Amino acid sequence: MPTREEIFQKVQETLVDALVVEPEEVTREATLTGDLGAESIDFLDIVFRLEKAFNIKIPRGDLFPEEVLDDPKYVADGKLTAEGAEELKRRMPWAADHIREGLEIQDLFTVDMIVSFIESKLNQMAASQN
Amino acid sequence: MRWIWIDRIEEFRSREYARSVKNVTLAEEHLHDHFPGYPVMPTSLIVEGLAQTGGLLVGEASGFGGLVVLAKLSRVTFHDYALPGDQITYEVRLKELRPEGAVVEGTARVGEKLLAEAEIVFAQMDAQKAAAIVGNRYSNFRQDMLDMIRISQTTSTASNSEPAGTS
Repeated sequence: MPTREEIFQKVQETLVDALVVEPEEVTREATLTGDLGAESIDFLDIVFRLEKAFNIKIPRGDLFPEEVLDDPKYVADGKLTAEGAEELKRRMPWAADHIREGLEIQDLFTVDMIVSFIESKLNQMAASQN
Repeated sequence: MRWIWIDRIEEFRSREYARSVKNVTLAEEHLHDHFPGYPVMPTSLIVEGLAQTGGLLVGEASGFGGLVVLAKLSRVTFHDYALPGDQITYEVRLKELRPEGAVVEGTARVGEKLLAEAEIVFAQMDAQKAAAIVGNRYSNFRQDMLDMIRISQTTSTASNSEPAGTS
């Protein structure tokens, strides 16, 4: 199992390539949309690149549950509703600490969240192999 | 004018590889403005030719059921110009394919001369969603592309002793 730092470094390289940003911009706290300028199509590109970098499969909607964000029940005025926050916490347990009602959508996805997702994914894979 | 930036498919291996050609001609109106006295094919249209070749590869994989949209050029480098009289060969390889999108890698060449290299990300939309967003333009473009494939099959058979593989 790679360490969290090793995962971060690979995620950082992936985002530098996918979003054409400088490595120093890709901090753990950086938000993909707000800070790094990612658009919705970049999420697909990022998923492809992460799959390759970590040799994993990321099913649609697992890392970026975009269909939740398109639902007016869950997002109003660009912010998560209480129901939206609950739904996302259920879908993204690795990011539960960060998700809360009123969180702006552009601040939702962070670099650290991707690191946590990859870490939980690799843990699951390691567990299923034992 | 039709928005078709490849003249013929020369080789097609499903879910893997496609090669097409485009003949650059002074009959194309825009070359007289790009640039006056020195016509060169706009690089954006070279990318479009690569994207159409790649788009066919992606679309064919799902039986041309949905709309394939050029979503992102994750990497593109231009090395040289294409001039009137040149025949550009586009070669495209499928790198990733999922129901919601795909990635291809391609090159554009005139003979041995490398014009451009690119990596292109496509998004795929189902037919219903596509029709709701772009309406008739979607079905017209789709029909133009399907016609082009049919014409390619006929013309390659006519001009080559062996027909291009369109497996």
